[in-house]
Amino acid sequence: MSAPIALCDCNNFYVSAERVMDLSLRGKPVVVASNNMGNAIARSAEAKALGIKMGDPIFKIADVIKRHGIIVKASNYTLYADMQRRVIAATEPFCSDHEIYSIDENFISFQGFEHLDLVDHCQKLRENILQWTTIPTCVGIGPTKTLAKLANAAAKKNPIFGGVADMSDEHIRRYVMDRFEVADVWGVGAATARKLQALGIETAGQLRDMQLKQARGIGTVVLERLVAELNGVQADVVEVVAPQRKGMAVTRSFGRPIETKHELMGAVAQFAMRAGEKLRQHGLVAGRLTTFFHTNRFKPERPQYSAGRAVTLHPMTSDSFELISAARRAVERCWRDGYGFTKAGVMLEQLDDAALRPRTLFEDEDSRAKRERLMDAIDAVNRRYGKMTIVPAAQGFKRPWKMRAENLSPAWTTRIKDLPLVAAKG
Amino acid sequence: MPVSLVNLEWIDEPRAHKLSLCPVPAGFPSPAEGEEEEPIDLSAWLIEKPAASYLMRVDGHSMTGAGICDRDLIVVSRAERPRPGHIVVAVVHGERTLKRLKKLDDRLWLVPEAEGYPHTLVDEYVEIWGVVVGLARQYR
Repeated sequence: MSAPIALCDCNNFYVSAERVMDLSLRGKPVVVASNNMGNAIARSAEAKALGIKMGDPIFKIADVIKRHGIIVKASNYTLYADMQRRVIAATEPFCSDHEIYSIDENFISFQGFEHLDLVDHCQKLRENILQWTTIPTCVGIGPTKTLAKLANAAAKKNPIFGGVADMSDEHIRRYVMDRFEVADVWGVGAATARKLQALGIETAGQLRDMQLKQARGIGTVVLERLVAELNGVQADVVEVVAPQRKGMAVTRSFGRPIETKHELMGAVAQFAMRAGEKLRQHGLVAGRLTTFFHTNRFKPERPQYSAGRAVTLHPMTSDSFELISAARRAVERCWRDGYGFTKAGVMLEQLDDAALRPRTLFEDEDSRAKRERLMDAIDAVNRRYGKMTIVPAAQGFKRPWKMRAENLSPAWTTRIKDLPLVAAKG
Repeated sequence: MPVSLVNLEWIDEPRAHKLSLCPVPAGFPSPAEGEEEEPIDLSAWLIEKPAASYLMRVDGHSMTGAGICDRDLIVVSRAERPRPGHIVVAVVHGERTLKRLKKLDDRLWLVPEAEGYPHTLVDEYVEIWGVVVGLARQYR
């Protein structure tokens, strides 16, 4: 049998990272908002207790925020990335290998550590991370990633585990799985959950006991592998749950509503430019581009309009200029005067490997190759001298709608001018 | 769509690039070849455990007796166990403060090193946040 796997997950990571240097946030309800103060993307325990839900629009919970003095911070990814680096460094001495699953979750493997009491070992790991970074964590241990993830959720939810749940123990495994709703199992989507519930499968335990063949019939190969992993057989479910991107999107909420077509065109051009950059970075081309924009849905008393148009990209492309022109055509088709738009985005679908791109009959290979070189040059300049050093003129040079980073904490740990002060005054 | 070149606000400063304008002929091979070393990395010397160390700026004069001045940068390690005699960053009443940790009459105290500042008893309201392991100062 291969070595056990653990998932180590930072508690309320963004809030915990904000609290490292900002002592005024300790013990207070704190919420971290997504770009442009859109939605709550992290909540302190105190904020959770006040009923703030993940994803709550900040605008909608303004009352609760005011009433309870909840502190809202803008997301400071510079700080979070540095704290992530420190968490990983504090983890490394405790494992043979680690794999970053997300900014606040790491899978770790214990090859060569099997002789240890792993629960005790993971408590020491938690202590070390807390000591080095002040960030609290929970650890779930299991024979597979799916079980480790399940164990982690149990460790987080149930204080009896004291921060470490070990699914290698048959009793704990049964206890956790019989209480774990199938819809919350990692990789089970809403549609699959409904199908399973229709068959009377409500818990992770019942899903584990399902026939592999039946699982495949209901939820394809992903569910089959999931059932295998629930039974303790490693089946690389992570790799299947996160397959090659089917689509990508670049979207933004605006700092203030956009009322003119000219301005929206500029914003959309920037999104298309950025989307093209992402495509090229992953060696992909897109076959379809959708542009959308809408008014503030949380202000129903204002005039409402929501629009989106898809444009087929033929031939498939990753050329930012072609994407911009497609995005502009889409806006042209559905623009309406008289509204204030607060959000817009560009989505790309039908992504394919650029090398396998279907060719069209009358492609001008020469000019195509030239454009590719142009894109490479733009990407190289922007990588070297910073984002948006070279921009297409369509994007405009003023970005009055650009997000305002109010409540943004300093880059405490990475910039000399932002270093925290320590008083030597008495 | 009319485009006006108004304001390049995200280009913060012009960048200078030095170009060698003439070809450089190949001369004699360097006698130092194979003996070169990396330039001294002062921060690597100052900061032993970067993942557990945090830079902070000193604000005030109460540690001048220990050679730590206003506006100095200090390296604060959370990997070091605080012991009497260490200079530490402590959290007192929700504020970071720089003191020497001392044992007097079998109790732990936070002691400033300049005239006229009071001692603070280490009780349950005091947290020792980290140990000062390095100091950096610029004379300009």
